[in-house]
Amino acid sequence: MSAAGRTGAPVPLAIWVLLLLAPFWLGPVGGYTALGTRVLVLGLAAMSLNLLLGFTGVLSFGHAAWFGLGAYGAGLALKFVALSTPLALLLGTLTGGLAGALLGALIVHRRGIYFAMVTIAFGQVFYYIAYRWNSLTGGDDGLRGFARQDITLGPWHLDIAGNGTAFYYFVLTCFAVAVGLMALLLRSPFGRTLLAIRENERRARFLGIPVELHIWIAFALSCVFISFAGALYALLNNFADPNNLHYSLSGDLVIMAVLGGMRSFWGPLLGAAVFVVLQDYVSSLTTNWMSFVGLLFVLVVLFFPRGLLGILRRQGTA
Amino acid sequence: MSLLEVQAASRSFGSLVAVRSVSLTVAAGELRAVIGPNGAGKTTFFNLISGAVRPSAGTVRFDGRDITGLPAWRRVALGMARTFQITEIFPELTLAANLRIAVEAAAGLRLRPWLGRRAAAAVARGVEEVLDQAGLTAKAGRMAGELAHGDQRAAEIAMALALRPRLLLLDEPTAGMGEQETYDITRLVRRLHQERALAIVLIEHDMRVVFHLADRIAVLDQGTLIADGTPAEIAADARVQAAYLGHAAEAAAP
Repeated sequence: MSAAGRTGAPVPLAIWVLLLLAPFWLGPVGGYTALGTRVLVLGLAAMSLNLLLGFTGVLSFGHAAWFGLGAYGAGLALKFVALSTPLALLLGTLTGGLAGALLGALIVHRRGIYFAMVTIAFGQVFYYIAYRWNSLTGGDDGLRGFARQDITLGPWHLDIAGNGTAFYYFVLTCFAVAVGLMALLLRSPFGRTLLAIRENERRARFLGIPVELHIWIAFALSCVFISFAGALYALLNNFADPNNLHYSLSGDLVIMAVLGGMRSFWGPLLGAAVFVVLQDYVSSLTTNWMSFVGLLFVLVVLFFPRGLLGILRRQGTA
Repeated sequence: MSLLEVQAASRSFGSLVAVRSVSLTVAAGELRAVIGPNGAGKTTFFNLISGAVRPSAGTVRFDGRDITGLPAWRRVALGMARTFQITEIFPELTLAANLRIAVEAAAGLRLRPWLGRRAAAAVARGVEEVLDQAGLTAKAGRMAGELAHGDQRAAEIAMALALRPRLLLLDEPTAGMGEQETYDITRLVRRLHQERALAIVLIEHDMRVVFHLADRIAVLDQGTLIADGTPAEIAADARVQAAYLGHAAEAAAP
């Protein structure tokens, strides 16, 4: 019934199998495990953004702000608060989530291009703070001097600090929890009010839905999810830098969502996979890798406005 | 006591006075039509009642309560539902999903992040009920935006009904419809009025529909209320005929 529910079983099943077995097949096809981890993290970020873009119809074009705040929050927590990976994830998620919730409240009355411009501006404000505040953030050089820590759960010891495959599965678990929550949300009455707002704001209002409140909640939740992704990104790289907040990353996330298909739940993950793999592969051949991504993006938007997953699904049902 | 009471409501846009000091009451269970030539201020008047637009002056009371400054979404909770001149539905969702959102909103579930089995079953029953009332059961699985024009109009009325209103505002429900569709909608409106004792305010251009359905008719011309009475009174009113009715009233009057 909901757009999330129309995915049908085969696509999600295939995605989970591919993700679960990634460390085994990535090597033979010329990839490496950390590339898979990157896809998961950026895919989660693009899916978080898509809660707004694809499912609420709200144009947030500065979402790297909350991603980057999550990354800095996690890095600073490890560096200055405690050597704990879960705490770093929690503090990172709270940093971006709270900032997003507060600033989001200021802009829920804006629409379309105005909303988009203000979100970009927020991102740039945080970018320059990170860029300038050398003593705390390391400025242009980025935040260094922290590293993700192993996790000990009773008798189990997760060697995520040194073992890339273990870290991949740790990130996959985090991804699964976050994505599961998103899917539940979109199938709930609240999630359906977001589709209603996307489809027809006026009708939603005259069904008794306070549109601004619902957009604000969606914005805050999206910020929580994307800053969780940002915190994971800092753990992946053991590094955070101002580019994590920059609007060019915001643009990349929008490209991933649109490329994969923003009306579908899994589209942004596919978009992130294509984007990250192209970036990794083409950038080893030429520094102009972005022009290839750009060309692909233009072709998809022109010929397959429903995105790559839209193509797959059309052929699947035809 | 009247359900809806509009007192000396005015609204201007810049130098244009769209509605000029209009007073109107609607009793519970009454079916009232608002007519007038194009640009008479009918839709603006509707917007003042439903909260889409604030009046520049005057008050709107619903069930004895002053709702002049209340936002539209809160008026829905008080029991007011409306449709629009240009159909407002959720085009890229199925008809059933359209109605489900309305049923859930009416049940106060809009903020719920999950739904128990029992609540979900109650919602599903509510959707079936409204589909049945509007005669749209067979089309429940279709995308709302792909339905025929008449079915989209009926779907919008069904969404308004799903809110279980006490007052239903219909802005030209038969606009752009053929003979059969107009007849179907007219029957639907009359049935709702009779079976549920639902108060309905109807903006309509089709005089056959108006004179067939309405208990009372209000006539707007250039933002001013020029007549208010039973169909027979309106048909006989010289000012109304002069303003615009002409032959249509003579042909349709009982």
